[in-house]
Amino acid sequence: MTSILAMVLYFLIFPGFLFTAVVGLLTSWVDRKVSARVQWRVGPPWYQPFADILKLLGKEIVIPEGAKRAGFLFAPIGGLAAVVVVSTMLWLTNLRGTGFVGDLIGVIYLLTIPSLGMILGASASSNPLASVGASREMKLILAYELPFVIAIFTAVSKVTPMTLQLDRIIQHQAVNGVLLGNASCIIAFIVCILCAQAKLTYPPFDIPEAETEIMDGTHIEYSGAVLGVVKLTQAMMLFTLPVFFITIFWGGVSLSGLGILWTILKYLVIVTIIVLIKNTNPRVRIDQAVKFFWGPVTVLAIIGMILALAGF
Amino acid sequence: MGLTNWGFKKSLWVFHLNAGACNNCDIEVLDCLCPKFDVERFGIKLVGSVKAADVILVSGSVPRKVVPQLIETYEQAPKPVAVIALGACGCTGGIFKDGYNFAGPVDKHIPVNAYVPGCPPRPEAIIDGIVKLMGKL
Repeated sequence: MTSILAMVLYFLIFPGFLFTAVVGLLTSWVDRKVSARVQWRVGPPWYQPFADILKLLGKEIVIPEGAKRAGFLFAPIGGLAAVVVVSTMLWLTNLRGTGFVGDLIGVIYLLTIPSLGMILGASASSNPLASVGASREMKLILAYELPFVIAIFTAVSKVTPMTLQLDRIIQHQAVNGVLLGNASCIIAFIVCILCAQAKLTYPPFDIPEAETEIMDGTHIEYSGAVLGVVKLTQAMMLFTLPVFFITIFWGGVSLSGLGILWTILKYLVIVTIIVLIKNTNPRVRIDQAVKFFWGPVTVLAIIGMILALAGF
Repeated sequence: MGLTNWGFKKSLWVFHLNAGACNNCDIEVLDCLCPKFDVERFGIKLVGSVKAADVILVSGSVPRKVVPQLIETYEQAPKPVAVIALGACGCTGGIFKDGYNFAGPVDKHIPVNAYVPGCPPRPEAIIDGIVKLMGKL
């Protein structure tokens, strides 16, 4: 009984929903503040994302005529649930060393669910611009998943014995030094950052929700609390992806003593890299994005894997 | 509802509707978002879809062709929503008030919460209007 209660608390409070939501929203403030400073603006105060979400919870939910109600309303919630599960898994693995065989595959799979949720929700909204956004999101998933998985496999293949278990990867790094010390893993890390840009639909890969051409694309019909869920999912993805990369490449996170500072530093470095790429690149077309990911990025990822298998 | 109301005041998302304006007001609106004035300090940002908007910023004298779109945009916006009539044309019709296709200023068709006169209004005037609107909410 107590273990079930503990599991519920894990999912709802500490590494799960509440913690991920609060830190994710703070991260999205870091994103907006850094963007503002890059553009020589002052930027919003720290509570801005919280005010946005609270406001959206109090607004009316408009459901367009001809939309499939259930799909339209529940698809974003599925995405939110997937991010909560990934975050809980990652933090429990990092803090308590509890993993199971193949949980890495589970994480990669669950990280795709928010994008799939947006595709489902946008397709159910009966809006032509939303369906354009959904089709672009689909192509983007097809484009970035291949180099992403190859890059993750590069990290896995550096661990001896080769394993798909997250806590083994962390233990290996604790003993032999972080994987980012290897040339092959630096290449894999760069590939992962580029894929994160597409996973978060940030510029230069914000093609599915291009504001100036298809007016927020996949989000166009969402309003009120459901839009709040969509924005919250994005903020939590911005928190979860860097934690995932730290776990795989950079020795994992810890909350004891100086480990907290070191963890926050690693986390902010990755977030700032993502935000700076976001602010310094214009949006590309969808065909350019697919060519970019299947061409140079996949080649880079394969070079990284060959280096890893050759022992670098 | 106290927290929701606080959030509403602190994060006004603006949907900009050009109802037959000459583009002068629209340029001044973009000025507000630029580094010198930076209304994102107050949580104000432009959104692409009216479904996400808290404020509909209407500029222009509303010619007859635009009336159905204006009303439909207002009806599609999730309530509560505030409306700002921007510029001399949005408030009264301005120099177009005797035009053959003039169909009344904005408040003839949808309820307006704040008026910002000027041809075009200065960015300071727009920010002042938004601050007064925040006080009314």
